[in-house]
Amino acid sequence: MTADLGSIGRSFAKLDGSAKVRGQAIYADDIALPRMLHCRILRAQAPHARILSVDTSAARRIPGVVAVLTGRDLPIRFGILPVSQDEAALEEHKVRYVGDPVAAVAAVDEETAAAACEAIKVEYQLLEPVMTIDEALREAADEPIQEAFSKRADNIHRMVSYEFGDLAAGFAAADLVREDVFFFQGNTHLPMEQHSAVATYVDDRLTLWSSTQVVHYVHRALSRVLELPMSRIRVIGAAHGGGFGGKTDPFAHEIVVARLAMLTGRPVKCTLTREEVFYAHRGRHPTLMWYRTGVRRDGRITAMHLRTALDGGAYGSYGAASVFYTGTLQTVTYDIPAYKFEGVRVYTNKPPCGPKRGHGTPQGRFGIELHLEKIAHELGIDPVELKRRNFVKPFSRAVNWLRVTSCGLEECTAKVLEASGYAARPRTVGHGMGFAISSYMSGAGTAIYWNDMPHSEVQIKVDRTGATLYCGAMDIGQGSDMVLAQVAAEELGLEPRDIRLVTADTDLTPVDLGSYSSRVTFMAGNAALEAARKMRSLIVTAVAEKMGVADLEEIDVGGGRIGEFSFEEACVIATTKLGALSTTGSYKPPRIGGPFKGSGVGPSPAYSYSAAVVEVEADARTGLVTVLKVWIAHDIGRSINPLLVTGQVEGGVYMGLGEALMEEQEFRKGLHKWPSMLEYKSPTFLDTPPIETILVETIDPEGPYGAKEAGQGPLLPVIPAVNAAVFDALGVWVDETPITPEKVLRALQAKAKGNPPRHGPKGFPAVPYPDPIRVEPPRADDLRVGAELEAAFAQAPQD
Amino acid sequence: MPSGLDRDVQKAVVRLRLNGEEVELLLPVHKTLLEVLREDLALTGTKHGCELGECGTCTVLIDGSPQLSCLVLPLQVEGRAITTIEGMAAGAVDHPLQAAFTELAAAQCGYCTPGILLAAKSLLDSSPSPTRQEIQEALAGNLCRCTGYAKILEAVELAAARMATA
Repeated sequence: MTADLGSIGRSFAKLDGSAKVRGQAIYADDIALPRMLHCRILRAQAPHARILSVDTSAARRIPGVVAVLTGRDLPIRFGILPVSQDEAALEEHKVRYVGDPVAAVAAVDEETAAAACEAIKVEYQLLEPVMTIDEALREAADEPIQEAFSKRADNIHRMVSYEFGDLAAGFAAADLVREDVFFFQGNTHLPMEQHSAVATYVDDRLTLWSSTQVVHYVHRALSRVLELPMSRIRVIGAAHGGGFGGKTDPFAHEIVVARLAMLTGRPVKCTLTREEVFYAHRGRHPTLMWYRTGVRRDGRITAMHLRTALDGGAYGSYGAASVFYTGTLQTVTYDIPAYKFEGVRVYTNKPPCGPKRGHGTPQGRFGIELHLEKIAHELGIDPVELKRRNFVKPFSRAVNWLRVTSCGLEECTAKVLEASGYAARPRTVGHGMGFAISSYMSGAGTAIYWNDMPHSEVQIKVDRTGATLYCGAMDIGQGSDMVLAQVAAEELGLEPRDIRLVTADTDLTPVDLGSYSSRVTFMAGNAALEAARKMRSLIVTAVAEKMGVADLEEIDVGGGRIGEFSFEEACVIATTKLGALSTTGSYKPPRIGGPFKGSGVGPSPAYSYSAAVVEVEADARTGLVTVLKVWIAHDIGRSINPLLVTGQVEGGVYMGLGEALMEEQEFRKGLHKWPSMLEYKSPTFLDTPPIETILVETIDPEGPYGAKEAGQGPLLPVIPAVNAAVFDALGVWVDETPITPEKVLRALQAKAKGNPPRHGPKGFPAVPYPDPIRVEPPRADDLRVGAELEAAFAQAPQD
Repeated sequence: MPSGLDRDVQKAVVRLRLNGEEVELLLPVHKTLLEVLREDLALTGTKHGCELGECGTCTVLIDGSPQLSCLVLPLQVEGRAITTIEGMAAGAVDHPLQAAFTELAAAQCGYCTPGILLAAKSLLDSSPSPTRQEIQEALAGNLCRCTGYAKILEAVELAAARMATA
């Protein structure tokens, strides 16, 4: 089969491509239903305050206002992680950031709803706001931001501390020990589409269309907060106008419109304004990092100690996982024999941070790549060579138990170096090239809420009209629907467009954990593969019987034919024999993580690998950095659809460049400094350089046809590669993002004064990290997973 | 529609030439062209990203030149030819730009796509063989977060090449 593939490996345009170029795709805000009401949400204007009273009487008197909700109407708290059920759809007693939802209005039009929101009087008692990591580490002045939830006197949300292997011995064996600090600035997803949701309540059933990456998580949150069984709720993913991680949490507006629809008996829509989208956030955590690494003279790492501190904003969101991700994936690119990782996430009175493309790992990747560059320069070794000497080996197990399978790191490196001419680059002042690598998960190995069920489920139905595939996964523009169609087409001998797709509709599609974590191709792809193979077997058996052939192997499948029949005829034959056919497939990753608490964050059934070279021109007079070109090689495992994979790689590179060069969000007295698309700088057509993408195929043993992820990994190496290129051009380090002209000039000034040639954070705060959980490392060749691995654990495994 | 706003809303009858068809509407004069297209005419192919004239998403063509519909009042464009994404294809036949965008997967989430297609059409109508730099300049007011712009540039070039030989 794999020797001669039909649909797999071919470039197909997206299934919804035509609808999107014709303006026919229906996004959530495009939905207009009879008697539909419009909702606006009143949001907190103070970053930290107790709500003393909410007076909605004037708002209710405005003609055209149909319903008003306050926190009392939606008291049940929710949150994406079971450990962080700390959000309310509308806050009743306290607000924790400017933008926290307080009240909501449904009215005949948006203008009336907005006017009614303005007429709501909220009396606040202001509390001392906490705006920085340093402030958050201290005892709270009035009360902690999460006063009831966190049970601490300071604003620490989460701390993790691990020691894998013998750190002291590792440092003792080092010829050089170096420490560096880095800062990764917060930034946001900036999807072109503002979040939007529409709800109806008909026949005692709630239906919600939303711009979400995960219909299942919205489904769960609605059920919890509205106290409706999931069987009475239907969540449908509308055409999706961009997520990048920003639409993976359940949001207040989704719950509010649902409640309003139940209350009024009319459809209700809420579309966030662009400013509200900035405050809804859930983007990149601003992160301070301290690296201490021991190396031998030849550059081999003997030990590494990493501390991270994440500015989480006011709520948990995915933060309990994000803090792990800043430290966990370093070990799947570099062989680190002893590794200590301490992380802290704090609450501040700012919009909550969460998962943005790369989720927690771009920060740690930025730090480790630049840290190793500096070590290489100190040792007098070429940085690329030093990194290569420490690359992990394919099919090995890291010190923190993460299992590496296929790994194209060396091949990716060789290819970008060759394509870019890195070794022979012109060494002139103001011109430079930088190199960096990265890795990312093909889906998280553990579900975010504990359960033993599959992470992805696919159903395929065949009747006399042909084949339909059903899956809960949401196509967010990356083209996951086409990937699923290609998998089914491959197995059934069809073209992808012969398969009808029904996705992201909780009434119709079996559960998939959604489009985040780079999981759909790997997990839903494997589920589709299983369902399609079962379906193929049913049809082939029926056809063989009809043909009087005993050996099923003799029945050829392909080119729209099964045996001597067309697929349509085969469907009739199979349906005549068996009735309507339905098969299912599912995928659940095996247990991969080690025998320690917290081992559930980081394991993935497969890791993608990337290597990038960035070429810059850096002007020593103005500090301006211009990226001339990016070369990126990406180990995709197998490229199921090269057109869509390169699209993901290019988009990731672009987004990385934005974070490297210009994107940042900062707050002044709780207010976003730049909550608009003009002021929040993102790269335009003119700012984005040519991107040369090289796909490397390593055929992962567990991926569908060997495929791995492409959506997130390619962003990661770009950011440190830009900074390395600036060092190559000007001999100065900018140890934080974004690398603005001002920072380049400060670094040059420091160099001119004879100070260390850098601009960046001065130090790392004192954090009361707990004693580390000490973990015995596995053997590097121990590749056991699942029950076999668990049987080897001395004690019962924990997540 | 009853409005709760405590002021008289001035209305006017507005005649628009939209995708080759004449439409006549009674509109509050402050309503933007973007709102009228989407809410009064159900032409939801025109999207919005900021409603402040910053992102280019709501681009339509007025007499062939790209304009941000969130900054245009219908009264301003009475009698002028308005083209939205719904008017770009010739019936069932895609404009070469639309065909090229589909083929090269230049639309990922697709939300910025209608605006970019119209801006690109305007460019090719006035400059059939633009350089890459000219394309980048013509489209610099349209943000896209998915594609890194690469496949969009390739698609515009492909369409231009095809139109030149058509």
